[in-house]
Amino acid sequence: MATEKRLRIKTLIVVLAMVVCAVTGDLLLKRGMSELGAVHFTGPGLGQALVHMVTSATIWLGILFLLGFMAAQMTVMSWADYSYVMPAGAFGYALQTFLAVVVLHEVVSTKRWIGVFLICIGVVLVGQTKPRTTECPGRVAEKAVASC
Amino acid sequence: MLTVLLLFVLICGSTGGEIAISHGAKKTGEPKRMRPRELVMFIGRVMSNGWFLLGIPLMAASFFALLILFSWHPLSFVIPISALSYVVGALGAKYLLKEEVNAARWAGVILVCAGVALVAAG
Repeated sequence: MATEKRLRIKTLIVVLAMVVCAVTGDLLLKRGMSELGAVHFTGPGLGQALVHMVTSATIWLGILFLLGFMAAQMTVMSWADYSYVMPAGAFGYALQTFLAVVVLHEVVSTKRWIGVFLICIGVVLVGQTKPRTTECPGRVAEKAVASC
Repeated sequence: MLTVLLLFVLICGSTGGEIAISHGAKKTGEPKRMRPRELVMFIGRVMSNGWFLLGIPLMAASFFALLILFSWHPLSFVIPISALSYVVGALGAKYLLKEEVNAARWAGVILVCAGVALVAAG
């Protein structure tokens, strides 16, 4: 029981790190690509977009955060189910909305609040299930047996 | 038509890549301790895994599709449709990774999918 609690807490912390990195990374990428404008699906258009992507500090910073997201995701998926981690990560959308209201004092539509509510209920429902439902393969299997 | 194709690449590339990486990470085994050195070594082991090498091109294709879609359409169009990846991912987890996706988890996945679509559309 204590081991399962430990597994849940460990999973929660890494999923939270994953969410923060993903939200920040997506915002920076959107900002970086908006600076470029619409990409034209032609040879020169794609070339110009590639040059912009490689030289934009905003896009590089976004990529850095997304690498942090990926590292956190790989780590958590080494012990937790993909079908557990993936919906739990959607909490980022709810976090983004709360930040928009609290920090930026933005007005959020009813539709968006309903979406946040559904995400929170969905994450709670997924959170009630066992973080891991498969057997424990891997090099540290003998250590992880207790957490299965 | 090109938008539909890019949305297909976005959804299937990201879920396919994540499923492959998830499988590779589980085969590698979890890090013994959550220390920076252990984590770096763990990531190194995952990155040398064949499943990771399969997942990366899929995720890269999805990433470029996302960038192009962002430049063509607003977030409120791209994100709601890409929320379908939660359902595709749960199907992949059940049938490819053999995870136990019970009723509560399915309900959670569907609520999250609908919620993400509403948040982005709102």
